[in-house]
Amino acid sequence: MHEWALADAVVTTAKKVAKEENLKEITEIVVKIGELQTISREIFDTALQEVMKDQPDLLKNVTCTLKIEPAAFKCRNCQHQWLFADVKASLDDDETESIHFIPETAHVFLKCPECKSPDFEIIKGRGIWVDSIVGEK
Amino acid sequence: MDPRVNVIEDRLKEVKKIIAVAGGKGGIGKSTIASVLALILAKAGHKVGLLDLDFTGASTHTILGFKDFSFPDEDKGIIPPKYHNISYITIENFVESHAAPLRGEDATNAILELLAITRWDELDFLIIDMPPGINDTTLDIIRFIKRIQFCIITTPSKVTIDVVKRSLELLKDLDIPLFGIIENMTYPSEPVAEKIFPEHFIGTIPYDETYESAIGNPERIKESSIANTLVNFTKFCEKMC
Repeated sequence: MHEWALADAVVTTAKKVAKEENLKEITEIVVKIGELQTISREIFDTALQEVMKDQPDLLKNVTCTLKIEPAAFKCRNCQHQWLFADVKASLDDDETESIHFIPETAHVFLKCPECKSPDFEIIKGRGIWVDSIVGEK
Repeated sequence: MDPRVNVIEDRLKEVKKIIAVAGGKGGIGKSTIASVLALILAKAGHKVGLLDLDFTGASTHTILGFKDFSFPDEDKGIIPPKYHNISYITIENFVESHAAPLRGEDATNAILELLAITRWDELDFLIIDMPPGINDTTLDIIRFIKRIQFCIITTPSKVTIDVVKRSLELLKDLDIPLFGIIENMTYPSEPVAEKIFPEHFIGTIPYDETYESAIGNPERIKESSIANTLVNFTKFCEKMC
């Protein structure tokens, strides 16, 4: 996922939760990200700082933690399981960039290492969740 | 909570009308009509976006002759490349000519990702080319884009009309606005949709034997009888402009 879009989405979500829960201040946001989203922590931090410049006071003391979940696949054809980390190096730069923009393109560029089927399940390490938001009323 | 869902409305806030071109069956001209609509609206001076969500059968790029499959520019998200004055996003930008075998959940995630990262900015119309049938993509679009309107394409065939009836029932149940119904490929059979769906009928597009040879050439498509017919739909234009 694009890091700036992610930072914007996280801050937008935090403000929405603050409104729903009547929070006057948000102190911590924990975001879980699937490895397949191929987010750079450094770029995300830079994007988050930029997004935070125009935000209300309720976010002025917030810390945001990213937890990256390793991605794993299971072949629907032969049941073989493998990790994204094991095959990442086989992707060229354009393929890596495609997966960065749209993680589901992994189905285009990756195949089961055992039977070569593209019909595999992403069993973990996909998507983004705001795991927790801590604040004060 | 998936934070991507919360930014979609913001990404589309400067888009005046969002129209999904859909239909119950494949091969009835959804992609053609979505592409031609985008071309003629852009030609008329409107700011137009075209989003191809038919991931497994993307074809608007073939119809439009789009061949620049480089990644979109980035600036606080991705910026749709301009093609014939259309802001255009297709999965082909990311997979080029490779097959994209996405199952339902994968397609849902890909739609969510595209809607969350794409900066459409100011548009008069965003035309969405939908895959055939009522499926995950239809339900996703209804869930993610609250202002969506559907333009349903049919043919005179009983088979297509029957599926359209069921599609309309679903849209009505879900309280989703119907932009209208277009009957495509009518000649030489008799037009039928107007009698069956008088309230929502926009018009009839006769079968155009010359269209196939215009595919890939936007200038010729803009002059095709399909384009001329779409431009001339009074009811359609009143609603669109």
